[in-house]
Amino acid sequence: MDFTYVILIPLIPLAAFLLLGIFNQKIKPAVSGYIGVAGLSTSAALSFYTAYQYFFEVGKVDGVYQTFVEKTTWINFTDTLAIDMGILIDPISVMMLIVVSIISLMVHIYSRGYMKGDDGYTRFFAFLGLFSFSMFGLVLATNLFQIYIFWELVGVSSFLLIGYYYTKPSAVSAAKKAFIVTRFADLGFLIGILIISYYTGTFDFETLNNPEGSAILSWASTSFMGLSVITWALILIFIGGAGKSAMFPLHIWLPDAMEGPTPVSALIHAATMVVAGVYLVARLFPMYYFVEDGFALNIVAYVGAFSSLFAAIIAITQTDIKRVLAFSTMSQLGYMMLALGVSGYDGHEGVGYMASMFHLFTHAMFKALLFLGAGSVIHAVHSNYLKDMGGLRKYMPITNITFLIAALAISGVFPLSGFWSKDEILVAAFEHNKLIYGVGIFVAGLTAFYMFRLYFGIFWGKDTQYKHAPHESHISMTFPLMVLALISIFGGFIPFSELITADRVGFEAHINIPLAIVATVVGLTGIGLAYVFYKKENDLADRFSNAFGVFYKWTFNKFYFDEIYLFVTKNIIFNRIATPIAWFDKKFVDGTMEGIGNKTVVISKKIKGIQSGKVQDYAFGFIAGVVVLALVFIYLWTN
Amino acid sequence: MDILTLFVIIPVLTIVALVFTKGLKQARLVSMVGSIIQLGMAINLVFAYFKERAINKEIMVFTKDYVWFEQFNIHYTIGVDGISVALLLLTAIIVLAGVFISWKIADLPKEFFISLLVLASGVYGFFISLDLFTMFVFYEIAVIPMYLLIGIWGSGPKEYSAMKLTLMLMGASAVLLVGVLGIYFNSNADGGTLTFNILEIAQVNIPFEAQKLFFPLTFVGFAVLGALFPFHTWSPDGHASAPTAVSMLHAGVLMKLGGYGIFRIAMFLLPAGAMHWSWFFIILAAIGVVYGAFGAIRQTDLKYINAYASVSHLGLVLFALLTLNKIAWNGAILQSLSHGLLTALFFALIGMIYGRTHTRDISKLGGMMKILPFIGAIYVITGLAYLGLPGFSGFVAEMNIFVGAFQNPDKFQRILTVLVVSSIVITAVYILRLVGKIMMGPLVTNDCENLPKATWYEKTGILLLLIPIIGMGVAPLWLSDMLLESIQPFIQGVL
Repeated sequence: MDFTYVILIPLIPLAAFLLLGIFNQKIKPAVSGYIGVAGLSTSAALSFYTAYQYFFEVGKVDGVYQTFVEKTTWINFTDTLAIDMGILIDPISVMMLIVVSIISLMVHIYSRGYMKGDDGYTRFFAFLGLFSFSMFGLVLATNLFQIYIFWELVGVSSFLLIGYYYTKPSAVSAAKKAFIVTRFADLGFLIGILIISYYTGTFDFETLNNPEGSAILSWASTSFMGLSVITWALILIFIGGAGKSAMFPLHIWLPDAMEGPTPVSALIHAATMVVAGVYLVARLFPMYYFVEDGFALNIVAYVGAFSSLFAAIIAITQTDIKRVLAFSTMSQLGYMMLALGVSGYDGHEGVGYMASMFHLFTHAMFKALLFLGAGSVIHAVHSNYLKDMGGLRKYMPITNITFLIAALAISGVFPLSGFWSKDEILVAAFEHNKLIYGVGIFVAGLTAFYMFRLYFGIFWGKDTQYKHAPHESHISMTFPLMVLALISIFGGFIPFSELITADRVGFEAHINIPLAIVATVVGLTGIGLAYVFYKKENDLADRFSNAFGVFYKWTFNKFYFDEIYLFVTKNIIFNRIATPIAWFDKKFVDGTMEGIGNKTVVISKKIKGIQSGKVQDYAFGFIAGVVVLALVFIYLWTN
Repeated sequence: MDILTLFVIIPVLTIVALVFTKGLKQARLVSMVGSIIQLGMAINLVFAYFKERAINKEIMVFTKDYVWFEQFNIHYTIGVDGISVALLLLTAIIVLAGVFISWKIADLPKEFFISLLVLASGVYGFFISLDLFTMFVFYEIAVIPMYLLIGIWGSGPKEYSAMKLTLMLMGASAVLLVGVLGIYFNSNADGGTLTFNILEIAQVNIPFEAQKLFFPLTFVGFAVLGALFPFHTWSPDGHASAPTAVSMLHAGVLMKLGGYGIFRIAMFLLPAGAMHWSWFFIILAAIGVVYGAFGAIRQTDLKYINAYASVSHLGLVLFALLTLNKIAWNGAILQSLSHGLLTALFFALIGMIYGRTHTRDISKLGGMMKILPFIGAIYVITGLAYLGLPGFSGFVAEMNIFVGAFQNPDKFQRILTVLVVSSIVITAVYILRLVGKIMMGPLVTNDCENLPKATWYEKTGILLLLIPIIGMGVAPLWLSDMLLESIQPFIQGVL
């Protein structure tokens, strides 16, 4: 089967980016919106066609989904080691194509309304194009180095879009923070790649992931500090993934990234780029699973579980609605990571892997919907803060309904999409690790609670008096909301266990009734509590937060992790390292050179008196010289 | 006239023509025409080289040999391989861009362009020479006009900077001369005659004791020009005082002579010395990479930031050369090319900003993107390219260096490699700080709201540099393969 046309999926947004970027000043805003939407529509159509062809026309060969690779050499290192550029078609890359193209298309359409009248309208669509190109490239990467290349490119698109309102200092510093923190994580990724390049001699996913291949079998050969070097490499690569997917403690950039325009938060910081870390672990899953009995995979599981809990707790106390959603994203990403971490490989054992990908898909839909809904609200009331909202259900019916659907989906209410994917994750955790299952079920309750705190706070609660009566957003903004709401409702019925599994064979998933009931009860309890606290205006919530006192304060301040970041950059890097180095450079390194120069001048001043211009001095010098030379010659001659 | 000697003849002819010009307009027109011819020749040389390479498997092609001083066996020997072809092209691009950037130079334009072209001819001569003595002569021709260019057309404490730069480079030259003579007087070790010819000396087994003695001299002699820690301090002061085009040429091309000389002379002719000493110098190079990057964080003058960034990036070149690995060597050459283009572009942009706002102090600049959209956008792109973003030349070069350096299982070198790799984060810190401060954020002063937009000659200069940066970053295969093939004969000695 020929999949070469898939290369067009990333190239079309790239063309849109170049067109809009180079002729930025000359293109009318209305036209640039159409160019962006048209480009993405084509890519989305191609993605759907690819999925259809891959899953249905080709289907399974001998009961297994095949991998198709088209690639060309990009740069040669040695005869055997090279970086290739190409496309890799397998179940998860096809699924990601669908996710990225749906969300990106919806965000393009939405932005035509949301960004209307903005100075940098064309620039905005150009950056969206750049991001879509990079994200498609990342998804389709055939090897570690290619994924790293596009990894950096999505990072820079994220930087540009967070800093989109570049005259706002807070946006600039958020953009810088996002780039530097993820770059720091990428350092781990890069060193991991270097280790892999040396010990396995290849970057190719196909070779690396082959369970019988030398890459996986070679792990036992060399060890470093008690772990095999391949495990080290996988841990380092996971650090890169944790940076992008905002895992604790590298999560600090994500809440600040909300400084970007809301459609950007929906696209990049909820649905696509932030799942790159999950995708990376899934991409290398056979390595994680088979090398050293899954030691690295355990780390993934625990980091994921902890992040998920940590973020859910913070989300409860935040008052900026986008930040609540940001912490919710972090929490759900932790969910996906923990699902991968507890997963097995064959058949039903691999339910965690399948559930993780499933949740990635459903989460992308409802979280993008939540963000776009929040954007619609922010657009109407011109504020990000819960205190400025309330009672909006009367003014914004479509936003209200779609937001409610998304909130129900993320809370795992039957039969919305979130119920199915979350249930599979809990099943996987229950079967492999009871502790992680406990965390997972607790987080599910917290999720339902903070999500409905948000929902009631925005659409019910107090009847805020608005200066300008808010009104429902334009159809260009509500249309994507409705589309995503539909997918959030029915997305759970996609038979993921048939399509996307670690061993590519597929298995029949059964719903685990007792676990599903427990999860539903927990979710409904969360919603019920939120109903009691926030449906009508009352002081219950304040009394509770006062009762928790210090703990509430710590949580509200995100456990002071931002302060740690500031301490490291300002006090350590800037004041404790860079400043002394600059001083040392001036004082000692340069000082030595200056010293040599000055000494030369001083010496020359001392000896310049010899050049006195008096004949008798020169005569004396001449005679003295002759005498000394004569003595030397006599001495040499006599010996 | 043969294809290579023309590279020296054309600048000389341009200089002669310049002598007869009057005023700025004629002078810049003549220089532009001369530089365009050079660039055309350089591009032509690339194609000619590929054609010749297909049939000629010698180390060097287009070789010519004329006796110069029979008595000391000094020849005018020339020839090129893929590496010198690439560097010649780099030089031609930067010289032409430099002419465009100096389009409005006010003082003594004729003399300025003459000095610039003298420098250029020295560089061209250096890259085509295969005779140690001729090479050394061209090297000095390239370094000396620097004194005049900074001392006369510079800004700030220009006499001090010019003096410092020239004295330190001359000091290095003196050390280098001892090294070169040391090689010369050992070139008859196998019983032949004394020779300066590089290819002939490479066949000779210079005694280990001599290699041990002369390698550090030759290495340091060249490395000072390549801003080796702790001999880098001439560079920040020199660059800060130099006029824009001179900074471009100096950081873009002249500093590359250091790495090239180490590769072509120190390591090729004294391989045993290189292996003996590499552990020591690689520490200095690794320190330079990190130290330069941290140094750049703290600076407030745009040119100083760039100068320290150059210390860091050129430290990578030296580091890569000292790993004695083929992939890393390829990375070193790629990094020389990439850094040459990038730093020239940076200096050009700084010149444009300075020309409009009359300040290079970052605390007095802010939000420039709003008022200078073209320059601002290019500045951000350059910054991103500088911090090693894929799609630009820097990434390709750095990845070659890192992968190459990691191929040596020696623990000590691995630790240094990890240290050096960590510079990508520090680089991101200072570049983003810079971009965030001067391009983004609120406007700092209101009196610069009506700054003139970029002119056609500025845009031409910028694009001349930016296009190869992107070209190298997007499709590096042909260049990298050409370099790898040419590195092969040189790496054999140290394997």
